[in-house]
Amino acid sequence: MDFQYLEHTADAEFIAYGHTVDEAFVNAARAMAGLVIDPAKVKPEVEKSVELSGDALDTLLYDWLSELLYIFEVDHIVYSRFQVHVTPHEGGYTLEARVWGESVSRHPDISMHIKAVTFHDLRFEKKDNIYEAQVLLDI
Amino acid sequence: MVAADKLKKISEDVWEIPTDYKPGMNVPGHIFLSDRLIEGLESGAIDQTANVATLPGIQRYSMAMPDVHIGYGFPIGGVAAFDTETGVISPGGVGFDINCGVRLLRSELMADDVKPHKVDLINALYEAVPSGLGSESKFRVNDAQLAEVFRTGARWAVENGYGVKADLEHCEENGEMKGADPAKVSKKARDRGRPQLGTLGSGNHFLEIQKVEKIYDEAVAKAFGLKEGQVTVMIHCGSRGAGHQICTDYVKTMEQASRKYGIKLYDRQLACAPLSSPEAKDYFAAMAAGANYAWANRQIISHWVREAFSKYYKRDVRMDLVYDVAHNVAKFEEHEVDGVKKALCVHRKGATRAFAPGRSEVPVAYRDVGQPVIIPGSMGSASYVLAGTQRGMELTFGSTCHGAGRVMSRSAALKDIRGNEVKRQLLERGIVVKAPKDAAIAEEAPEVYKEIDEVIAVVDGLGISKKVARLVPIAVAKG
Repeated sequence: MDFQYLEHTADAEFIAYGHTVDEAFVNAARAMAGLVIDPAKVKPEVEKSVELSGDALDTLLYDWLSELLYIFEVDHIVYSRFQVHVTPHEGGYTLEARVWGESVSRHPDISMHIKAVTFHDLRFEKKDNIYEAQVLLDI
Repeated sequence: MVAADKLKKISEDVWEIPTDYKPGMNVPGHIFLSDRLIEGLESGAIDQTANVATLPGIQRYSMAMPDVHIGYGFPIGGVAAFDTETGVISPGGVGFDINCGVRLLRSELMADDVKPHKVDLINALYEAVPSGLGSESKFRVNDAQLAEVFRTGARWAVENGYGVKADLEHCEENGEMKGADPAKVSKKARDRGRPQLGTLGSGNHFLEIQKVEKIYDEAVAKAFGLKEGQVTVMIHCGSRGAGHQICTDYVKTMEQASRKYGIKLYDRQLACAPLSSPEAKDYFAAMAAGANYAWANRQIISHWVREAFSKYYKRDVRMDLVYDVAHNVAKFEEHEVDGVKKALCVHRKGATRAFAPGRSEVPVAYRDVGQPVIIPGSMGSASYVLAGTQRGMELTFGSTCHGAGRVMSRSAALKDIRGNEVKRQLLERGIVVKAPKDAAIAEEAPEVYKEIDEVIAVVDGLGISKKVARLVPIAVAKG
């Protein structure tokens, strides 16, 4: 399973899984994108690069998803394909990613507005050799 | 009554969370709900109210207003006041949509003048004010102008031709929160804010043409310029992406600050810093800038609403601002605690300031009757105008609820409710709804909210604000 949505009375929450850190970060992005649109409908026409660094994987996850919300809102692009490479280094991690999508204007069926990523219930951990990324979004 | 079993009823409509509810609580929690409304209270909202009580320097109680529902960090409807020397400031206690708020314009028109034209009028408003997901403004501000918006709020709008000076006198903080520093707002927040000034947004934001259906207090209503049958326009929106990004940035800053200052957090979204710290000062300066953006936004929208009415009626239709209140904000205010006047930082997340008569913060025109408190309902349900009271100063640091409060999630509403059906039912009741798409109507349908009349009955019964007028919708433009 790549990700699953959790029941939440007010907002949107999910757990994304991965055999590697990179895969879990990709699946977290796919889970968030899936709340906005069916990714199968989005052509990967526009490409964008993302570079981030952080001292812990959970805060890097917060930054990664927040960055995707930012570029969605500023570039007016819905993103559906993600490639992530997280590298550990002394004192933290670096994330290099490429994302692909297309103009929001071609997708008038988008209805959900995600306001922000929250720290509530945020976790990134390895369980039985699988990485789990749990995220609650303010919608 | 699973959730209520955890609470102790200490007086009519007041429920206490004792300090032994969870380790670390510095003060009890107080939740204001009727016996009927407590049935729907989520356990998570009790936990969140208790979590707030663990924060350093909190005064008297962690509180939840009658529209309380689950959020993260603070519950929605949460109010907490912190000592300025020993307390903290928390972006999670303000929320992502900084100064999401509501304002009320009173018109010179009567309902009979408007009802035959309600479809044309709501279409005109919908055209005049960009709304919906990803909506962009009709005008562009450059970086220097945006900095002035962050610094001076509604004043920037009025000085640039979007409103009149009297509007500023009738805004909380005069629409210009002091201490704002655009330099503390990130590039990302500026990027998100620049194209969205003068937009309604989506979600629960709306423009509504209403009729004053009932007056409860003639004298106060007269002071507010309200009378039965009169047409009003209510505007509900906030700081858009600028506010969302400011909060996103500073929750992360505060996460690090909480560790630095050794503050134990029961929810990471409650990340905070001592009010005397540089992190707290930076956040307050950025939050105030976000609040000012929201006031400018509502001011610009008000101007377009006035223009749309005047253009439609082919004459200058007078529409004065009754008042503009903030919902998600932290403010420095003086309050009495155990008989001593103290400077406090009051956080209101999904709550409205409701100051008593005599307070210097209340506009001169209303100072004898108390601050106007504007409580929007949902599409199809009534909204209320109330006035702040001395009882509110004593019981809730001059705070009251901000709406009806959700009982159903947006995702559940989208699954269970059909927007076109809601639209049809409302039309049968004479209410026209205009929205970017039917889904926006479904997720804000009347049944996803508590009964506003019951919520207001608690507020009025407790005396934390007194009912002045009941307004009913004629036509709604949804974000």
